[in-house]
Parts: sequence; C-alpha cells; structure tokens
Amino acid sequence: MNKARSNPLNTLMMHGALILYTLIALFPVFVILINSFKERRSIFREPLALPNAESYSTIGYNTVMQQGDFFLYFQNSMTVTVASLFFVLLFGAMAAYALSEYRFRGNMLMGLYLALGIMIPIRIGTVAILEMMVATGLVNTLWALILVYTAQGLPLAVFILSEFMRQVSDDLKNAGRIDGLSEYTIFFRLVLPLVRPAMATVAVFNMIPIWNDLWFPLILAPAEETKTLTLGSQVFIGQFVTDWNAVLSALSMAILPVLVLYVIFSRQLIRGITSGAVK
Amino acid sequence: MTALSLQNVNKSFGEVHVLKDINMEVEEGEFVVFVGPSGCGKSTLLRVIAGLEDASSGEIRIGGDVVNLTPPSKRGIAMVFQSYALYPHLNVRGNMTLALKQERQSKAVIEERVQEASRMLNLEPYLERFPSELSGGQRQRVAIARAIVREPKLFLFDEPLSNLDAALRMNTRIEIANLHRQLGASMIYVTHDQTEAMTLADKIVVLRDGRVEQIGSPMELYNNPANQFVAGFLGSPAMNFFPAELVQDGDDRTMGVRPEDLFLDDSGALAARVSHVEKLGGDTNVIAQVNRHQITARLFGQHAVEPGQDLRLGFNPQNAFHFNGEGMRVE
Repeated sequence: MNKARSNPLNTLMMHGALILYTLIALFPVFVILINSFKERRSIFREPLALPNAESYSTIGYNTVMQQGDFFLYFQNSMTVTVASLFFVLLFGAMAAYALSEYRFRGNMLMGLYLALGIMIPIRIGTVAILEMMVATGLVNTLWALILVYTAQGLPLAVFILSEFMRQVSDDLKNAGRIDGLSEYTIFFRLVLPLVRPAMATVAVFNMIPIWNDLWFPLILAPAEETKTLTLGSQVFIGQFVTDWNAVLSALSMAILPVLVLYVIFSRQLIRGITSGAVK
Repeated sequence: MTALSLQNVNKSFGEVHVLKDINMEVEEGEFVVFVGPSGCGKSTLLRVIAGLEDASSGEIRIGGDVVNLTPPSKRGIAMVFQSYALYPHLNVRGNMTLALKQERQSKAVIEERVQEASRMLNLEPYLERFPSELSGGQRQRVAIARAIVREPKLFLFDEPLSNLDAALRMNTRIEIANLHRQLGASMIYVTHDQTEAMTLADKIVVLRDGRVEQIGSPMELYNNPANQFVAGFLGSPAMNFFPAELVQDGDDRTMGVRPEDLFLDDSGALAARVSHVEKLGGDTNVIAQVNRHQITARLFGQHAVEPGQDLRLGFNPQNAFHFNGEGMRVE
C-alpha cells in the first residue's frame, strides 16, 4: 500500500484542498442560485444573504416565463448542443480512426491540417461563415449553428481521439478482421466502446462552450424561433436597465441541463471497460 | 498436400526491408515454429500469411490456392494472439461464435463446435463469463478455443505463451502439443523462446534480419547447424564460441562446443578459471574464463566446484563445430 495515501494527515490535506477548490468553484453558482430567489432590492443590499421570508420572491422566474418563449429557447439550445456533440463525436471518431489505423499517403499532413483548427479560432472566419450561410439560405436555422459548432469541435476531437485510438490493441482489431468483421463493425463494435472515456472527455470539452455561446446565435440565428437560451436571456440585459431578477433566474435554469449532460458523460469518464480485453 | 507455401516473399515498410526472399513450405498436419530474436521479422511474416499485411512481392499459397489478394477472413486461417485479443463486450460463448455467425453457419453446427472446443479446453463452466472475469490462463484457452471452432486449414499462433507465468506456460505448452495431436491440423507458431521451439516443433524455421537462416527438424538444427547464429540460438545454455587457436595453434576458425559436451578432464584442452557456479541439483553449470573468453560447461550431477578454482575442461573433438570468419559452418 502506498504510504503517502495511508497517512491520515496527507489524506486530510488532500481532501481539504479538494473541498476548498470545490467551494471556490461552486461559489458563483451558489450566489446566482440564492439571488434568483430574492427580490431586486435584497439582491443589491445583501448579495450573499440567503433568501428569507422578507426577501423571498420568484418574480425573476415569473418574468422569464412570461417574456419571450423561454421553453423554445431552451429546446433550441438543447437541440443545437446535442446535435453538434453527436456530429463532433461521430465524425471526429471516424477521422481519428482513419488517421490512426490506416497508412496512406499524406496521413501525417492530414492529421496536422485537422489539428490546425485548434490553434485558429473559428470566430476569425465569422464574416465568411455568415456570407456562406446567407448564400446557402441557412441563416436563422438551427442547422447554421450545428454546422458551425461541429466544425469548431472537430479539430480537438480528432486530435484527442486519434491519440486514444492508437492505444487500442492492434491484436483486437486484427482478431476482428480474421473473424470476418467489416471495418465499420470493427470501428463501431470494438474500437468505439474502448475509447468511450476519451469520447466523454471530448463531449464535456465541447458541450459547455456550445451551450454558453452567444456570438454565433447572435450573428447566424437571431430570429425569435431559433434563439438559444443564452441569446434569449440577453433581452433582460439592457444598455441602461437590467432586470437582474430575470437574468439570474434564466441563468439558474440554464445550468440544469448542462449539469445533467455532464453527469451522464462523467460516468462514462470513470467507467473503464477495457479490463479483460487485452492483458 | 502442402498447407502453406511461400515463394520469394518480400515485405518492405517504406525504405525498411523487413522480409527478404522467404521460401518455405508447411506440410499438411505439420507443426512449424518460427523462431528468432526480436525484430527478426517472424511476427511480420505471420501477419503476411494471415493477410493482415500485404506482401510487397512473392506468392503465398494456402491449401494450394494463391491468397495474396484474399482478405484474412477468407483465407481459412485462425489466429491466436499474444495479448489474447478477446472481444471485451462478448462472453466466452460470444467470442467463440462470432466468426461462425459471420460465416452464416447454422445454429446446430455452431452449438456442436462450441461444445467440442469447450470440452477440449475445459471451458464448459466459463461459457457465460466475460473476458474480464477470467484469469490469464483461461483467457488464453478461450483465445485458442475461438481459433478451433473455425476449423481452419491453418492455425497461426503469435507468441501465445509470453504473457503467462512460467508454470502456466509449461502446462499450456503441453496443452497445445496435445491439441495438435488431436486435431492433426497444420500449425504455425511464432516464438522467441528456443525451448518452446525445440519442444513443440516438427520443423523449425530460424529467422534473422528478415532472412531464413535454416529450416529443419529440432534435432537436425541442434546436431547440424548451418551457421554460427543457428548454433548459438538453439540449445540452452547457448553454445560456447572461442577461437580455435586456443586448442590448436595457427587455426583461424571459430570453434563451437555445446556446454553439455564439455566435461572435467585433467588433461583437457581448455585451462579455465571458474568465475561462477550454478548448482541446480541435477546439473551443475560452471561459468569459467578461458583466456578472457567466457565458457559455460553443463556438468551432469553434482560437482564440488567453487568460484576461483582452476580446472581443465575437455571435449570430444567430434562434438566440436567450426565456423569461418563469416560465421558459416566449415569442416
């Protein structure tokens, strides 16, 4: 047994540090949550106080529900995030498999080309993207966002996944080939389950920026029926007056779905099913 | 009929020439072992035979048919991998039946073959278990069973025992030898372990740097090695090599004598100083210096030899091998 791990003092310090970090990380979320249940004046008077009988109010939530179609925004955000993640993972994994598994001319260059996207922010191309979307008639559709986010997520996905796919045992793939499995079956049935933790990592990395993004929804899909949650919440932030109750309530509700998705993916992160496949 | 024949098979990865003009045949029912140091190309050769790598040139025939362009699953082969390569998401039965289902065999045939193979390898109690719930030895048996159910024309084993511990290795080695007798199938077995090669093979192919050094039965190679490499590679402890002028003045050849052919002899040709003694009970291995050349003698029985002692080692001249400057055997 590792001595450092069994030492109670070390354990205490380790847990202390982790708990401290958790508290720091959760603090802003906590402040948002408690203030979303307070009336406007108490938010500014005592931002850190818990809502009590006097200051408790759900006016923020009422405003959010009444103004604008909040559930539609919600649905839009969800559709865009889930669809983008699906395409990022699907195409990212396929490209990564091709790059790591097959020897072909330009393999190396292709890998570098795909990784280039990590270094160049996609927002630099906003104008060109907008022009393209206008030309193809995709402006003000959710597809515009899904396509852009897929493009944005692919470089990192390919980069991370190809590294993990190289670690998948060649013997396993070869056993599949000798048993007559097609390359697609090998990819979907043997390789993908083994890189599931890496897929979950990629999903988590991509999910949050997509969910929170304001830039592309504002530019590519600002129409009422395609507004995302982040964009929808902006109506409460004005140049001169900001409805803080509504903003905090909208944000509180926006946290929930990401939290659920995160829990789903993080379980995958932990679960290792590789044991027993190869020694 | 020949189970496998290779004609002038070459394989290059880019600039690196890995296999050079390999010519050999495996007869029906023969157990052939490819042996050589790591990096000699033996695993690559096995992959070329399996169809996992394409030969750069040359012709591969399995059961008489040219299979250069045939995909692995259609070559009538089955392979057992060093890392077992069991499908983690399938239980033992699923692992064994996957290939048969791909071949669209009937349920009755599949069931019968699974029964047969699991009986041979004592896997009946484990059929519903997953690979992660099995020990290393059991996993290896599942991997072998998965090959058997396919009833291939040719079995390929890629260092199947190197992940097992010593005791299990010996048991599995005997199990594989028994299987070969029961099935009467042609098998190719890759290993770097000369003991496995000597004990299992009908025919050994010694490879070095992508070239076949010698092909023959274990005893042929042991008694009549073609060159210094084969002589030194087979046999344990390895053959001693020293300049022949230690024994005879003016002789520029290299002399080779097996440790088991050396004996203590007061009038022996080699004056040696003992540097280390390994007492194994049945044998005594004496490691000694002869003119700064290290010589190992394997003496049968127990001997009172201690490090630092001076002694003379003799051998029967007809047990000595001679090699020229290029390492080729000469008389």
